[in-house]
Amino acid sequence: MKHTIQQVFHSGKFVVGFSIFVAILLIVIVYPLIITDPPLEIIGQGTFFPPGIYVNVYDSIGSTAYILNLDNAAAKRIASKLSNDDRLAMKDWLVADGIPENQIDINNTKALLDQWEKNYDPKKSFPGMTYAKQRYYLRLNTSLQGLLSTEGVSIAAKNADTGALEETGTVKQSDYVNINQVPNVRILPLGTDNFGRDVLTELVKATGVSLQIGFVAGIIATLIGLTLGLLGGYIGGMVDDVTMFITNLFTVIPPIVLLILISFSIGQEKRGAFTIATVIGFTAWPWTTRAVRAQVISLRNRDHVNLSKLSGHSIVHIILTDILPYIASYVVMALILQISLGILAEAALSILGLGPRTTEVPTLGLMMQWAMIYQAQILGKWWAYFPVIITIALITFSMNLMNTGLDQIFNPALRE
Amino acid sequence: MKGYRKYFLNKLLWFLVTFVFAFILNFFLPRLMPGDPVAAIVSRLAQGMSNATGVQAIYQQYVDLFGTNRPMLEQFFLYVKNVAQGDFGFSFSQYPRTVADVLKSSIWWTVCLQFPAIIVGWLIGNTLGALAAYLKGGFDKVLMPVSILVSNFPAFGMAVILLLIFGVTLEWFPTSGGYGFDLIPNFSWKFVWSVIVHYQLPFWSIVLIAIGGQAIGMRSMSIYELNADYVKYSRFMGIKDRKIVGYVFRNAMLPQITGLALAIGTMVGGALVAEIIFSYPGLGSTILTAVLGQDYPLISATALIITLMVLSANFLIELVYGILDPRIKAAQAD
Repeated sequence: MKHTIQQVFHSGKFVVGFSIFVAILLIVIVYPLIITDPPLEIIGQGTFFPPGIYVNVYDSIGSTAYILNLDNAAAKRIASKLSNDDRLAMKDWLVADGIPENQIDINNTKALLDQWEKNYDPKKSFPGMTYAKQRYYLRLNTSLQGLLSTEGVSIAAKNADTGALEETGTVKQSDYVNINQVPNVRILPLGTDNFGRDVLTELVKATGVSLQIGFVAGIIATLIGLTLGLLGGYIGGMVDDVTMFITNLFTVIPPIVLLILISFSIGQEKRGAFTIATVIGFTAWPWTTRAVRAQVISLRNRDHVNLSKLSGHSIVHIILTDILPYIASYVVMALILQISLGILAEAALSILGLGPRTTEVPTLGLMMQWAMIYQAQILGKWWAYFPVIITIALITFSMNLMNTGLDQIFNPALRE
Repeated sequence: MKGYRKYFLNKLLWFLVTFVFAFILNFFLPRLMPGDPVAAIVSRLAQGMSNATGVQAIYQQYVDLFGTNRPMLEQFFLYVKNVAQGDFGFSFSQYPRTVADVLKSSIWWTVCLQFPAIIVGWLIGNTLGALAAYLKGGFDKVLMPVSILVSNFPAFGMAVILLLIFGVTLEWFPTSGGYGFDLIPNFSWKFVWSVIVHYQLPFWSIVLIAIGGQAIGMRSMSIYELNADYVKYSRFMGIKDRKIVGYVFRNAMLPQITGLALAIGTMVGGALVAEIIFSYPGLGSTILTAVLGQDYPLISATALIITLMVLSANFLIELVYGILDPRIKAAQAD
């Protein structure tokens, strides 16, 4: 046993796959210990907040202000308000207004704004300009006001008695707060999803649940496949005919159809993560049965098995001591493959709308489903679905690598 | 021809048995679940529809169609009779359309998308795999890791990535639908062109996934065959390399055809999900709308149609296999 394990860890492919898998597992276990926020808590009011550090504005006003004189601060401020598209649009307007094109330099913000301020007239309209475009210029003009001002802004609070606004402080353009001194800062490395939930926390939890689903489904499928394969392969005759008939039937009927029918019949209210896992397990066993049976048949007439038979051992004893150990490595590989297929099956089922209930636990498939329903892929909200795809791909990739590694060790014909 | 006829009849019998079995499953599985299906449907209808006359009509029609108050066996024969006439009842979510009508408008999208894509993917994948095994070296070193990575991608993941790159970022292809949303299906050049353009992304996402898996399989099959004794023997005999390679690939091809037959069910499943990502108007999207609308008859009928599609594809593949497999040819000579 020890020797086998040593051998397994000499295979580069296995080690790489195993490391990726263990890393994912560690993240799933350790992350919730450090960040204890409930994964399904709806924190964002609105959909798909982009990834970043969210600093409480109210608290930052109250924090100590530090004055930093940075040269490019003003330039950055203007650039964030005035995009290149806006500059081009301003140029278009000015050209239409009759200013020669060579006098307009869209990279010189100050000159451009001066020209704009001098010439722009909201009442003016040019032939061919749509109403929407006119409104756009109006909005642009409003947002430009005060862009070049160097004054700070006043903070005012309502007087409780009179209702009048009273200035409580000013914020200068050169004021900074230290993020460590702001009491409320939330880091959302992957933003929020369509419900306003923290995607990273949800993703970690979902990965855990999906792995569990994969394990349950894989173990069920492997157990069924192993039992049927051992019985059919070793006992043969009638038992073999019946098991093979059933197995062949379920091999050709596409598993997705069975999954759809069963999951839909169970009904949305009763579909928990483990129900789904069980259903997947009960539809995924046929190829394991076929594979195990083929292995058992090749073992059935070996000398040591015949010897055991002659010694009068029971069928159970022979299967457990003389057959099972010889196909153990094969069964482990089948199990690994079943687990990764189970995870994929859950994801596919969830995208079809037949996954576990949404309210209880997140799964990778459910995250994908909601991102698709809210069209995150078309709106460009990559953080809602891309990490999910990468996670699924990493899990299946690591498991397949482990399998390839194991295969090369236990199947000498494949060694290079 | 005797050997082939026996093979053909055997496969045909198997096709029929599986279909009957799938049909029985399709009928009994939902009814084996705890609870009365009609009661469940009525309660779902109450949430889903506001049209009271529609609800009443559907309820009555469903009771008539499946005769749910009658014994199970009688219900089954009634169901068989109705389905044989192409009558799957009304769709709950798209009343007053019938299920047959809904399916008629979506099935061809799926058939025309998935089967060409799977076949093209299979052909390209096998060619690449065989080349990798034969050429070895750099080509193999690049192709293999890429294939492993691609084949590990879930089908919907590939769909989303293609959508993101070519649909959203580069804007080469439209992002959703089977044809431009401003068009009405007809046989004008504009419509056909729109269909072709919308076809590309779903098609290639399925092809890419198929290529990955098939290339890996074909490569290991070819390597195995290239090291076989008959190859060495042929080399000693001085037979030309080109000719040997031809034999090798013909032999490596056979298990790949069986592999395709076994994998087609899974591939169709993956492709159905890819359809949803592209909002392609095929069966995948039909399932999604049916699930969201708690449309029981539609789901059941769609499941049956998909089974039939996969079984037929399987049957066809096995017929081709019978023609190609020399062992069956040898049986013919007897």
